[in-house]
Amino acid sequence: MIRSSRFLPHPLLSLTLFIVWLLLVNSLSAGSMLLALVLAVLVPMFSHRFWPDHPRIHRPLQLMAYGLRLLRDIGIANLHVARLILRSPARLRPAFIHMSLDLRDDTAITLLASTVSLTPGTVSADISLDRRTLLIHVLDVDDPDALIADIKQRYEAPLKEIFE
Amino acid sequence: MIETVIEFLVALFLLIGAAFAFVGSLGLARLPDFYMRLHGPTKATTLGVGGMILGSVLYFSTRGDGLSLHELLVSLFLFITAPVSAHMLAKAALHLRVRIVERTRGNPDV
Amino acid sequence: MIALAVPVAFALMALALLLNLWRVVRGPDLPDRILALDTMYVNSIALLVLFGIYLDTMIYFEAALLIAMMGFVGTVAIVKYLLRGDIIE
Repeated sequence: MIRSSRFLPHPLLSLTLFIVWLLLVNSLSAGSMLLALVLAVLVPMFSHRFWPDHPRIHRPLQLMAYGLRLLRDIGIANLHVARLILRSPARLRPAFIHMSLDLRDDTAITLLASTVSLTPGTVSADISLDRRTLLIHVLDVDDPDALIADIKQRYEAPLKEIFE
Repeated sequence: MIETVIEFLVALFLLIGAAFAFVGSLGLARLPDFYMRLHGPTKATTLGVGGMILGSVLYFSTRGDGLSLHELLVSLFLFITAPVSAHMLAKAALHLRVRIVERTRGNPDV
Repeated sequence: MIALAVPVAFALMALALLLNLWRVVRGPDLPDRILALDTMYVNSIALLVLFGIYLDTMIYFEAALLIAMMGFVGTVAIVKYLLRGDIIE
């Protein structure tokens, strides 16, 4: 689990800032590394009050594995959607489905909704006020219940393990 | 030899990217209702640009001026923002009660 | 090979932009038009990246990054206006 300290109140934000700065200047020289390090420490320190609560990540490694699998699924999703678009649109069976959420953590729900939007034929459209139901639009679906079960097992279960 | 392979890969990435971006826009043009149209741009176009950016990274990194990864930033940013804007657009469409194709199953009220 | 792939990709992107433009004009609803504009800025980023390879220069990277950011902020601002009738509450 990633812990925050007084020196680094937001370790993840610091890491992101460090990497993004190096990418922006597009060099790995000692000077830009040093500046990136300074920014990674100072920016979270001064913007500390702006971030209401930190997401707790219990298993950082698993989050990376999740990211890699997501990248692969995005590739597959795109081939799938491309085929659906090129086929005759009259044969598509669109549907709205409601998925009850087991996740409670806001960051985890955000990640799940983004994942749903980026993967096969589904876009997250809305979330109920009590954050218990996610409304999903599907481009082409045969059995909505099977799809919900698939999303729960593939994405929600790992996210629950990582964040809760 | 290795130059030919890299050149081939760059060309491949560019073509795959352009093809996906085109298919996404085609979906936007030919699908029948708003919610279905939402699927093309959010997925295919984002990945299409991602593919072209991979091609660009490969091209500029192998010219001898050292590694050039900053294009990845654009791609990363698009992958983070595409689901957010899709979600907000869907929300706006629900709010405005945009027309839905009749054969859509389920109802959109939360 | 790149010399052949770049013009083909240019043609595909131009067609994609034309399709988007058609959707902007056609509508029929406001969200459709916003979605089409959103897709247009993403496609124009792809066009800029291609142009960079075509001219063999990295100078267009900053422009692509700025379009990515401003485009997203623009889309969110318009949608927020549709949802609430106000952008900054």
